Amino acid sequence: MKADRIFGLGVILIASFYLYHATLIPTGFLSDPVGSRTFPYIVAGVSLLCGVLIIIFPDQITDWPHLKVYGKIGIALLAMYLFAKTLRPYGFIIPSAVVAIILSYLISPNIKNAIITGLSLSIGLFLVLNYGLGLGLFAFG
Amino acid sequence: MDLLANLSQGFAVALTWSTLLLAVSGCFAGTIIGSLPGLGPSNGVAILIPLAFSLGLDATEVLVLMTSVYYGAMYGGRISSILLNIPGDEPALMTTLDGYPMAKQGRAADALVLSGVSSFVGAFLATIGLMLLAPLLANVAYLFGPSEYFALYLLAFCTLGGLASKNQIKAALASAVGLGIAMIGLDNQTGLPRLTFGELALMDGVDFLVAIVGLFAVSEIFIFIESHGKNTAIGVKLDKITIPVKDIVNSGFTMLRGTLIGFFAGILPGAGASLGSFLAYMGEKTVAKDGDTFGTGNPKGVAAPEAGNNAAAGGALVPMLTLGVPGSGTTAVLLAVLLTLNITPGPLLFEERPEVVWGLIASLLIANVVLLIMNVPLVRLFVKVLSVPPHVLLPGIAMVAFGGIYSLSGSSHDLVLMIIFGLVGYFCRKLGVPTVPIILGILLGNNMEDNLRRAMIISGGDWTYLFSSGIAIGLWVAAIGGFVAPLFLRNLLKKPKPKI
Repeated sequence: MKADRIFGLGVILIASFYLYHATLIPTGFLSDPVGSRTFPYIVAGVSLLCGVLIIIFPDQITDWPHLKVYGKIGIALLAMYLFAKTLRPYGFIIPSAVVAIILSYLISPNIKNAIITGLSLSIGLFLVLNYGLGLGLFAFG
Repeated sequence: MDLLANLSQGFAVALTWSTLLLAVSGCFAGTIIGSLPGLGPSNGVAILIPLAFSLGLDATEVLVLMTSVYYGAMYGGRISSILLNIPGDEPALMTTLDGYPMAKQGRAADALVLSGVSSFVGAFLATIGLMLLAPLLANVAYLFGPSEYFALYLLAFCTLGGLASKNQIKAALASAVGLGIAMIGLDNQTGLPRLTFGELALMDGVDFLVAIVGLFAVSEIFIFIESHGKNTAIGVKLDKITIPVKDIVNSGFTMLRGTLIGFFAGILPGAGASLGSFLAYMGEKTVAKDGDTFGTGNPKGVAAPEAGNNAAAGGALVPMLTLGVPGSGTTAVLLAVLLTLNITPGPLLFEERPEVVWGLIASLLIANVVLLIMNVPLVRLFVKVLSVPPHVLLPGIAMVAFGGIYSLSGSSHDLVLMIIFGLVGYFCRKLGVPTVPIILGILLGNNMEDNLRRAMIISGGDWTYLFSSGIAIGLWVAAIGGFVAPLFLRNLLKKPKPKI
């Protein structure tokens, strides 16, 4: 109940933010009868209505994980974010090995397995993606 | 007789060694891609586009390769649905409902064979349907104007929101979120930026591949971290492959019904295979005598959506080839392939480039036989791909997803966006918000808006124009009915949950 009410409130806030930005959409010289703003207004309106209805009719959601799990998800997020940011300067192999080791460890906390998995995945996938599928990735930046 | 002459011309093109080889490799690669969660047919086709062009193939060969990958991925999608409860691609979502419970009961092999045969029936009959219907559709298509297309898109959202979800409010919200995301980028009509929040990278809009991979694959990683992979069945043992003759015979009419529903759902622009498999499943649940056992591992609950989604894959090619209007995300990618090859789809394609169209149709018929062989006796080969421990598979999927998306766009911005979509997908799952309407919204948003604006330009701003034809009114009634009826028929039409 509580989770859905917070969610509904979040939806209202985001939809309001979207609606505000929709009002800033520039209109062209040769605008058509509908214009650039109408559809975003409709979308924001429907979202706002849904947000209100979710607060009024919340679902019972009990399936929330332990706080520790959020810590792990946070680490995974950070690892993936760093991967995204380091892929261009450092190439595919090193960043992907690091993130694969972290993800593997988070799923099954065995450091030896994680390192073996990470290294073999990054090198193996690089070979498959680059030479097998011709994706044109760089090995080391 | 024209048809037979055209078809024999098509087989003359398709039965060369090089084309056959391309069809077989396409089917093989497609099945692997389809079976890997997160790498759906649109990713698969998109990833292989540069490769196909670099091989120096001609137009027909490129199309044969790409559509074989497409069909292969549609077949392969069911494998991880059944074994892992993770749809290999979006349309295979419905197969998880009964496929996974069957696997839990130790009938994984039966479910795989049955779904393989259903896929064959659906795809083969749909290809014949494509052959018969495509030349005729152009005439019907002339009746569809912008107001009809707008109503058609609305119908797709309403049926998804109404029938496919437990909570219509959240499904409507999901559709709105998808449509809202689609609005980001340059306005098609004015060319001016909209809702880019000052970010240059958002000028091109949000790539739906990024959203799909994020919402399905990356969110799966978070779910796995949460469950430590314990609540899944990765590494599930596959018994000896036998042919479940009784299940196949019992599901005969189920497959035919699923094929018919899926094929016509596939033809609807934008509706695609997901709607096909959903409608096939829900239709069968309503019709079948043992409909109340759907969700507990009923073989018909596997046969119906698989026949439906593979038939829809064939159906989706009809509007793509005849009108240039993609019926699904993957056919949208295929459309891009056609245009790159200087082939303009449309009614004239059948007259001016018959060797392309009929060569493609003949190849699809051959590809289906190849896929049946690959997916029934050789299914173990593809299952091996999934028989690896979660701490290896999940990082692997993440890397393939990241590598694929990065190679498509070369932008770390898209990767970050994909991670954000992954987090959104995770919380959507936790909060019971369906992710499929978000994807559909991103895919259809611009078309839906374009048609609305075109309708208003034609009518000079008269909104009643949206209801000006019988077809449009029919589609509106169906849309509203599809959304409202489940409120009153909640128990009857409740989306089944796998009872596992």
